[in-house]
Amino acid sequence: MTAHPVVAPEDAVAAPAAGRGRRGWAGRLLRNPMAVACIVFLGATILFGLSSPWLAPHAPGATQLNAVNAPPFTAGHLLGGDGSGRDILSRLMWGTQRTLFACVVILVSALLAGVPAGLVAGYRRGAADPVLNWVSDVIMTLPGIVLLIALYTLIGPNLVAAMGVFGVLVAPSYFRLVRGVVLGVRNELYVDAAKVAGLSEARIIGRHILWAVRAPVIIQSSFVLGGGIAIQAAVDFLGLGDPSKASWGGMLQEAFANIYSNGWAVVWPASLISLTGLATVLLGNALRDALQVGAARRSLPRRRQELISRAFAAKAENDLPDRSATEEALLSVRGLKVAYPREDGGVSQVVRGVDLAVRKGEIRGLVGESGSGKTQTAFSVLGILNTEALVGGSVVFDGEDLIAHPASRAHARGRRIGYIPQEPMTNLDPCFTVGAQLVHGLRAVRRTSRRAARHEVLALLARVGIKDPEHVFGLYPHQISGGMAQRVLICGAVAADPDLIIADEPTTALDVTVQAEVLDLLRELRDERDLGMVLVTHDFGVVADLCDTVSVMKDGRIVDSGDVRTIFREPGHAYTEELLSAARAVDLDEVGTDG
Amino acid sequence: MLKVIAVRLIRTAAVFFVVTFATFAIVYAKPAAIARNVVGISASDQAVQAEVVKLGLDRPLLEQYRHWLAGLFQGDLGQSFFTGQPVLSTLGIRFPVTLALMVLSLVLTVGLSVLIGVVSAVRGGWPDRVLQILSVVGGAVPSFIVAIGLVFAFAIALPVFPATGYVSPDVSLGRWAASVVLPVAAILVGSVASAAAQFRGAVKEVLERDFVRTLRARGMSERAVVYRHVLRNAGGPGLTVLSLLTIGLLGGVVIIEQVFALPGMGVLVAGAASKGDVPVVMGCVAVTVLLVSLVNLVTDLLTAALDPKARVS
Repeated sequence: MTAHPVVAPEDAVAAPAAGRGRRGWAGRLLRNPMAVACIVFLGATILFGLSSPWLAPHAPGATQLNAVNAPPFTAGHLLGGDGSGRDILSRLMWGTQRTLFACVVILVSALLAGVPAGLVAGYRRGAADPVLNWVSDVIMTLPGIVLLIALYTLIGPNLVAAMGVFGVLVAPSYFRLVRGVVLGVRNELYVDAAKVAGLSEARIIGRHILWAVRAPVIIQSSFVLGGGIAIQAAVDFLGLGDPSKASWGGMLQEAFANIYSNGWAVVWPASLISLTGLATVLLGNALRDALQVGAARRSLPRRRQELISRAFAAKAENDLPDRSATEEALLSVRGLKVAYPREDGGVSQVVRGVDLAVRKGEIRGLVGESGSGKTQTAFSVLGILNTEALVGGSVVFDGEDLIAHPASRAHARGRRIGYIPQEPMTNLDPCFTVGAQLVHGLRAVRRTSRRAARHEVLALLARVGIKDPEHVFGLYPHQISGGMAQRVLICGAVAADPDLIIADEPTTALDVTVQAEVLDLLRELRDERDLGMVLVTHDFGVVADLCDTVSVMKDGRIVDSGDVRTIFREPGHAYTEELLSAARAVDLDEVGTDG
Repeated sequence: MLKVIAVRLIRTAAVFFVVTFATFAIVYAKPAAIARNVVGISASDQAVQAEVVKLGLDRPLLEQYRHWLAGLFQGDLGQSFFTGQPVLSTLGIRFPVTLALMVLSLVLTVGLSVLIGVVSAVRGGWPDRVLQILSVVGGAVPSFIVAIGLVFAFAIALPVFPATGYVSPDVSLGRWAASVVLPVAAILVGSVASAAAQFRGAVKEVLERDFVRTLRARGMSERAVVYRHVLRNAGGPGLTVLSLLTIGLLGGVVIIEQVFALPGMGVLVAGAASKGDVPVVMGCVAVTVLLVSLVNLVTDLLTAALDPKARVS
């Protein structure tokens, strides 16, 4: 098995930005065998329909007595004849032409109704947005087929009108899509730049916004067409089509009524309807994968994942330099690697061999720019990375390797290692009161009665500086401020009396005044409980304020590490110096000069 | 909360009036054509004109609608142009057939698709991949074609169920059940495929939220995280899926009835539309829109009740 080509994680380079041009997505589409099969099938169907005036062996309505219920492969009637003696192949071809026509009508009507409305609602906002939204919601809840049936009483078998109305009924799917995309891009820098450059609104919409919505609209179109083919067949099948014209649904209805005498006549239209619908939807899926890079985020096949994990683990063993150093530390991370499977089958490594140690009572800052791998490192300790992440190296906590022993990691999590997240508002469950979720958390790690847990949580809430714990206990997350939410989360982290806290940018999302209070709280808790702490941050001010030691991360590696004062006075790495000079905070100068 | 209920009620009523009026305007747009349908193609123009007056189609549209609406509130939807039967009593016979099919399909779809959706979102792996494939195929093949396939397989090749026909549950519950097995199965293929994929999406979206990671980091077991927190948060989007599913099922049943010749509202409305029996069509539309409005109202209220932001503020 050694010959198996495992991509060495070490050599993995960032995937080149996928080509944005036409070539890029067309190429990706054509490399997908499923897409090619769908394109070939749909192309053949289109030709089949368009060629009916010239290639159909018989007129769609021509009846021949000898062809009544003729089986397939009868001379002159390749697919046989129907109950009235009409040639099935010819009628299928004419019916296909009708379906193609219906598809064009649906698409034009849905696009005309949905896309401009979406552009207006998304780009102009104002009063139009809520009104259009409401109309769209109403249309979405209408039972389309019943309305099409009602419409029949006015217009009779009128394909254009019926499919035009159906187009309007499905237009909300375009409307919502376009509105969403436009809302997303209208504040993008390039749109602002275009505005500043004095481009007219029409030009901006034409050049930039339409470009942004084109891919989702193309994808959506294939799903709309899939539905349209089905509904057109359904209308004809219900007997509300034009009986003088051949159509897939009409043929199916007639054949079904005749099913006992000629079962084959059912098979052809049924297969054509199903396969065309299926091919359209599958092509839509393939288009989505090709046009929206990253939409197909796939996990590696299990065997390959195992191979890579093993390669990861083996490396870590060799890398492990000095086990004695890990003895006295509360947490000792050695040679930690984290990688994610890439679309092309390789892996992207985001953490490339990190060493980190924390003693009891020590606050270690883990500093770096966004994307340097510091949060991934922190998550590895807790084992809360995404499931597709590949992890190697060792995380020794209190003498036990948490990566080698997932069971001990699960036990340590919450009980002995607490986690304080970055964004307070999104890290509380919006559906439960603050108190309820803290009680759930506490009772998950400790056997205790509901009442006892409640008392404990109330005491903790008071401890983290919440004025009226009884009141806050019963509030929902949307009713409290960000600062208060962060105190609640700190409360959740220390609830089970852990030895180590992993804090991921705990003050980044907070106001400056609240930041200082939270930092004070963390310091107090450390002093009170002799906590070890890993404090992930990009802010050297926070490091200076709170940390004892600091490790600097860049591109998945630790480039500098040591005592805070030492690092501040004489940075051991050019990158640290760069970061320090970038953070020109007053308190930094203080630490640097009088330390 | 009371205010929320009041707003939803007003919105529901508004939708009902707008949609029924629009439909009314469409189906009653051509009085002469309607009258000609009734008296026959060969009738003279005078006879047609006389019929227009007799049916009251010469009155202004708004007045006709008001009259129809007043009748609706008094339990009178007019009479069929052709049979002379009161529309409401016809619906009283036909609608329960449709409703029974719908409710049965809905219950089974929700049960199956919630189960499949949650398992494939939480577990991932092969159940997830199977669902992805089945949801594409099941969603793309129209239910009436699935129905025809089922008729081929289980009524013709292997005759275990009746191909067509309907037995009222009042006559024989067992034979009623046998007569709805294939129709319900045909509906389930498509509805489970699409609903399961949507439930999966709703759960998956919650699973990726920050607070789920935080709860895990607090040492909560995966089971507790999923059952207590993730499902609770997926409830709102799940209800939206449910309401769209119900409306979709209504359309599905209308078509499926045709395949199995079930004497429900779908067969009634399609037949009435092709004959030009406008009061019957309008009655069916009214019942449908009423049902849809009711479903939307209930889901809206339940969604509001589930959302602490709407409940407590």
